[in-house]
Amino acid sequence: MSRIEDNAPVAAGAPKRTRLFALPRMRRRSGLFRFAACLVVLEILVALAAPLIAPYDPLAQDIVNRMSGPSAVHWLGTDQIGRDVLSRLIYGLRSSLTISAAAVFVALFVGGTLGLLAAYYRGLAERVIMRLMDILFAFPIMLLAIGVIAVLGAGSLPTALAIAIVYSPIFARLLRGPALAITRSDYVDAARSIGASDLRIIFMHILPNLVSVILVQVSLLLSAAILVEASLSFLGLGTQPPTPSLGMMLSQGRNFLFLNPWPAIFSGLAIVVVAFGLNLFGDALRDELDPRLRGGS
Amino acid sequence: MKMLRARLFDLAIVLVGVSLLAFSFIRMIPGDAVAIMLGANAEVTPERIAAVRHRLGLDQPVYEQYFHWVGNVVQGDFGASIWTGKPVLHEIATHAGPTAELTVIALFLAVVLAVPTGILMARVRGRAGEPVIQATSVVGLTIPPFWLGILLILLFSTLAPNLSILGYVPFSQDPLANIGHLLLPAFALSLPILANLARLLRSTLLEALQQDYVRTARAKGVSARGAVYRHALRNALIPFVTSVGIMAGYLFGGAIVIEQVFTIPGLGQLILSAISQRDYPLLQGAILLVTLVFVLVNFVVDLLYAVIDPRVSHR
Repeated sequence: MSRIEDNAPVAAGAPKRTRLFALPRMRRRSGLFRFAACLVVLEILVALAAPLIAPYDPLAQDIVNRMSGPSAVHWLGTDQIGRDVLSRLIYGLRSSLTISAAAVFVALFVGGTLGLLAAYYRGLAERVIMRLMDILFAFPIMLLAIGVIAVLGAGSLPTALAIAIVYSPIFARLLRGPALAITRSDYVDAARSIGASDLRIIFMHILPNLVSVILVQVSLLLSAAILVEASLSFLGLGTQPPTPSLGMMLSQGRNFLFLNPWPAIFSGLAIVVVAFGLNLFGDALRDELDPRLRGGS
Repeated sequence: MKMLRARLFDLAIVLVGVSLLAFSFIRMIPGDAVAIMLGANAEVTPERIAAVRHRLGLDQPVYEQYFHWVGNVVQGDFGASIWTGKPVLHEIATHAGPTAELTVIALFLAVVLAVPTGILMARVRGRAGEPVIQATSVVGLTIPPFWLGILLILLFSTLAPNLSILGYVPFSQDPLANIGHLLLPAFALSLPILANLARLLRSTLLEALQQDYVRTARAKGVSARGAVYRHALRNALIPFVTSVGIMAGYLFGGAIVIEQVFTIPGLGQLILSAISQRDYPLLQGAILLVTLVFVLVNFVVDLLYAVIDPRVSHR
């Protein structure tokens, strides 16, 4: 560090810019955290690079070799109409991650904004918003998601929207509490006294303090969303064929379980690995950020 | 008492909100819901549409429809299936048994297995094996019950081909076969809850062990083991009770899927066939009724929590 500063005398006088969305410093990253982070990055890379790394077209049929187990030609075997399981898993991962990520970010945007507004304006706005969230929260998650899909029809987009609706109250509740505490702090008063607008205070002064909380929750909910999406696709309500999705592959694999168990085994395993990575990441991140949870000295 | 009144007020608002949402369900379907419904099983003619509209009361002003509908619901009339004509309540009553049984057995398995697992997890605190145990518990959290169910079916049909594991046998017909058929799906369903409760128990136990009353107990000569079992565990179990309400909702969602895997004729089957047949009145009634049950379960759990932990009601 000191060497860089020596070589850059120009910067010395300039005011040090504080990073707005900086995570609190994490000193000793645990092995578990690093492992989880690598797994998540790997999953995202596989999803992004699906067309480059998938050995076959996920819809191409190799009829001669259909329902084959793992082999040198098809590493994870083929399904009931001869499609390459590995390629379908890679594309399935891509669609599962896309749907889940879209859903969680919409939920974060809608629910998080509502939670922040409730905490900042208090009064009637807060009561109305939080009551609405309570009502949405009262439905069992899968039941509400199924209801939304019954209204909108089956498919990827309705699934993403259903999950977003289901998860919005979680973000609203999560952010409202800490946002309330920050709203009462001196620096918010200070910002207000120099004439900062409400929106500016909410998004530039309050929100940055909640980044670590949000990050942990996003990661955990992504993991949960993967499972909800897989459940819905398994029931035939999510992503529609021929687009590959992990849940649907599992449900198709189940129909041929005793002829060729491999597609069912591998697609379920893929769901576990994806959800596991995200969940472990969120969990380890929470431990890193909360010193009380870190093992004593 | 003051708390009870506030909770009852909250409950009333949530109930009204849930009923409004369930009510608007049919009306939010894009296009003509009645035509879509009819299109699933019958020829669509204007006369038929008008008849169904009239039967469902859709030709009345919206606010009248709502009050009429709520009035019926309060009297236990949740509407009728559009295809079978049977009351929703009857359809649900005939399908609720297996689901309730499955959920309760799964919850029981989860709680019973979570206590020793959680204690074990708390005891490895700071030891070399901790990260492995932690990671394993996350695996438990993220294994989809329906996949675990499929693997169990595969395993058991290979090991014991003669054992019948699919389907459902009513308790009145053969109690042993009834439980036997539900054990595998219930176990598959319980695993994420088991992992969740064990992790919860671990962290509350570790927290409780740092409290003064545990140190006092230790100072008075209670053994480390005794401090865990007699003092810390009792307090660590309190959050267990609160999470049961949330778990019940989660278990129900899981049950919908696991019922498909093990071909159990429960509420999941009812709801999914209602979707595929576009039986919206049945779906509406089922969503409302099931949600009401969960709202009430959560309400009772909330009150229980206040009874167990007097600090809550003084907040």
